[in-house]
Amino acid sequence: MSAEFVQLSLTPMIVGVLAAIACALPGNFLLLRRQALIGDAISHVVLPGIVVAFLVTGTVTAWPMMIGAGLAALVSVAMIEGIKRLGRIEPGAAMGVVFTTLFAAGVVLLEQSDTSGVHLDVEHALYGNLESLIWFDAEGWASLLDPVALAGLPPQILRLAVILVLTLALLGLFWKELAISTFDPGFAQAVGIPVRAIGFGLVMAAAIAAVASFDAVGSIIVIAMFVCPPAAARLMTNSLGHQIGWSVFFAASAAIVGYIAAGYGPIWLGGVHAVSAAGMIATVSGLILALCALFGPARNRLSAPSEGQ
Amino acid sequence: MSPLELIADRGKVIAEAPSAEPMAVRGLTVSYGEKPAVFSVDMAVPEGSMSAIIGPNGAGKSTFLKGSLGIVPKVAGEARFFGKPLDRVRGRVAYVPQRASVDWDFPARVIDVVMMGLYRQIGLFRPFGKSNRSQAIDCLERVGMAEFAQRQIGQLSGGQQQRVFLARALAQNADLYLLDEPFAGVDMATESAIVSVLKGLKSEGRTVVAVHHDLTTVRSYFDRVALINVRKLAEGPTDTTFTSEALQETYGGRLADTQLATLQQANG
Amino acid sequence: MEGLSLFLQALTLQAGYNAAVVAIGAGLLGLAAGGAGAFIFLRKRALVSDAVSHATLPGVGLAFLLMVALGGDGRSLAGLILGSAVSAGIGLVLVDWITRKTRLGEDAAIGAILSVFFGAGIVLLTVIQNTSGGRQAGLESFLLGSTAGMLFDEAVMIAVAGGITAALVFAMRRPMTLVAFDPEFAAANGVHVQRTDLAMMGLALLVTVIGLKVVGLILIIALLIIPAVAARFWTERVGRMIWIASLIGGLSGFCGAALSSAFVALPAGPMIVLLCFALFTFSLLFSPGRGAFAALIARRRFQHRVHIRQGLLSMAREEPIYDGLTLSVLRRGGYLNPDGTPTVNGRAAAAKAVLDEARWKVARSRRQLDRETGADDGLTRIETVLTPDQIADIDAQLALKKGGVS
Repeated sequence: MSAEFVQLSLTPMIVGVLAAIACALPGNFLLLRRQALIGDAISHVVLPGIVVAFLVTGTVTAWPMMIGAGLAALVSVAMIEGIKRLGRIEPGAAMGVVFTTLFAAGVVLLEQSDTSGVHLDVEHALYGNLESLIWFDAEGWASLLDPVALAGLPPQILRLAVILVLTLALLGLFWKELAISTFDPGFAQAVGIPVRAIGFGLVMAAAIAAVASFDAVGSIIVIAMFVCPPAAARLMTNSLGHQIGWSVFFAASAAIVGYIAAGYGPIWLGGVHAVSAAGMIATVSGLILALCALFGPARNRLSAPSEGQ
Repeated sequence: MSPLELIADRGKVIAEAPSAEPMAVRGLTVSYGEKPAVFSVDMAVPEGSMSAIIGPNGAGKSTFLKGSLGIVPKVAGEARFFGKPLDRVRGRVAYVPQRASVDWDFPARVIDVVMMGLYRQIGLFRPFGKSNRSQAIDCLERVGMAEFAQRQIGQLSGGQQQRVFLARALAQNADLYLLDEPFAGVDMATESAIVSVLKGLKSEGRTVVAVHHDLTTVRSYFDRVALINVRKLAEGPTDTTFTSEALQETYGGRLADTQLATLQQANG
Repeated sequence: MEGLSLFLQALTLQAGYNAAVVAIGAGLLGLAAGGAGAFIFLRKRALVSDAVSHATLPGVGLAFLLMVALGGDGRSLAGLILGSAVSAGIGLVLVDWITRKTRLGEDAAIGAILSVFFGAGIVLLTVIQNTSGGRQAGLESFLLGSTAGMLFDEAVMIAVAGGITAALVFAMRRPMTLVAFDPEFAAANGVHVQRTDLAMMGLALLVTVIGLKVVGLILIIALLIIPAVAARFWTERVGRMIWIASLIGGLSGFCGAALSSAFVALPAGPMIVLLCFALFTFSLLFSPGRGAFAALIARRRFQHRVHIRQGLLSMAREEPIYDGLTLSVLRRGGYLNPDGTPTVNGRAAAAKAVLDEARWKVARSRRQLDRETGADDGLTRIETVLTPDQIADIDAQLALKKGGVS
């Protein structure tokens, strides 16, 4: 049992946890800036990015895909910003225009190109393939100390770990700037914080997390993890630091509980087949949010919302 | 050489304004869309003065401050602080935005907000430390809010929020304080606390500029006024500038005769 | 060439019954979506449709399972649409509940509902795939839509439902226009704002579930958002905007479906969206009022007017001008010589600018001119606000003053 667990379930769970946390971290600030849906937009444009990368390189290897997806995210952010400014259109609508269009373009490109020989389809981009990230070389828990076996770990683990460390480092380095420019952009500008650059950097960090995560876990988890853990965490505490801590905890819990529920739940219920782990992780994150919305100690506003300008 | 000849030389700045006033604005025009909200406003704020910017609602007072600080883009004109562009003297300028311009539901305590004022002192990549904490407490003490240090900012009343904003500005330890509507929607106790802090700053030789609404208190609080309604209509010492003619020019029919009369009485 | 003639056939409804009905259905759907979307956009709730559409998926899955459990086929389009409507409705209610009852904003509520419902929907789809009867369920087609294999009955149903929705949008345009334009005014005129908003979201929901089979749940959002945003560029009036949005939506729907029936590799949903986007881009760039180019030119012209005006005033006051842009617009306007000295024209214009400033000053001191002086923003010409008599009167006072001083 334990050898099988290490071989089949440990790595997908670790990948799920890493991806969930990497998305939840920038999600906290997106949430506080009322930009929660940027994550939604970015994860939709991943599809055209990987399709174009496939058309250019002709393969479905990781790095070209990630670069393609990253460029697509960049293009979408630029388009949203351009439409907002050129057309004086509110951000939500501008986002809606851009991500649906790019997604549609991705689907058309996909239909036009011959992808019969490779595993590249819309469903893959949406659900990822968490269940397939098996650690073939593992024979049991002892393999965790065996360099040969460790070398056979799915590359997603290392990639996501690097991204996560990077995200954490950036968060630590720019904590003050992020906090100040999120709370009071006018003041931030007056004290010389490059408010625009910080905002752009945040969106880029989110995009990198989304791009690194999608191929392992799919877009659904990415969108869910950008929003649900930070939102649930916001309802637990009134401290920014604690909120981020809670969001990490919720993200990791959703990944672990969701994966187990998807893999073993149906069997416990008498079924034979596992269900989509990505879908289940998103669902669990929603259940966590529901609990926090009902019982979270900080679920209500403390005062009446202050009216804007 | 007549001033018109200075125009030559292809627009290069050939004579820097020699004045090193804390704030000197020339020809500032800011617009939202295609109608100037502020048109060609000049202003010079002498050191150690306490100035009110007054004018009717929507007359561009806040926009003037934001335009000077580069928070909203300007169409024309320039602002100098202590004789230099703002970027070179940011540490000497403290800005207090309107209380309602931020979301007080942000997850932070009072002390966290006040420590934001220490940003320039701490600099990039370094966290807030213990000594910053005590500095922030000192500033809270000056506005009478020390016991609220650990309070959630969403739990504060309007007056308390305004005091926290002032404490944050005090933490900046600046030479010029620009305040946008510091008395809007605050209780009497807060108003007098804020006034005494501002007068304290002035007595230390620092300069204060505040967008102000309440015409009845202009004389007792401020030694200088600038009247703005898209254009700057008057500027100078309160005694000679805050006249009923200037107010008519600024407010037009928005100021009822009775109001003018009361003000005139107050002005002796 | 063959494809083109097929496309022309489809456009003129001569490519067979199925294709014609699908194209008409998609056109009517686009019409309804454009209209409903315009209201949603004006109420600044564009992305609520994002949550609504993603929230349809678990309903589709549950409806299928339920129909199979009851011994039915499971693939009945009507049943699946009903299921999707119920779960989308629940999603909508939850977005509203989260926004009102917790401190979270609408964006977070939308993001949470769309991702969680979608995730739950995917779980249900895998459950269905695993059951023996579900292998050929083809529910994936709801993600991206598919008109290729559509049955004739289904096509007719979508056309009829699209027509009904379009008619509903038309019937409800008055109260919705009022609410979108000014909710307070609408309430004062006896329009129930909350109920109208609800009806508006109901229409969006209807559009979404009908559109599932044609464009799919991810792209139906586009049909609700893009035509509305594009229409905004062409008019400032709510009523007209709704017509234009309907037109853009309808045209994209009809042509997109026709394209797809002519070219097998072009799926209908994405083609409809891309056509919408093409019309949007054209509007964004070239609309004469709010278009990017028009706005850019207007902005530049405005900036030049400001600089000329301020430059003339500086010239008149004999102040030095440092600003490069001011100098260059003054030169180009013929107010300054290349050497920086004022031209004859420049002196005259500067004198006029100073005179106007003085006139405004006198006007402001007169209480009876309050309303007129309110228009003064530095650029408005005094002649357009005051009558010649009023100006003459002001000039008389100016002359008196001058005489008094000198």
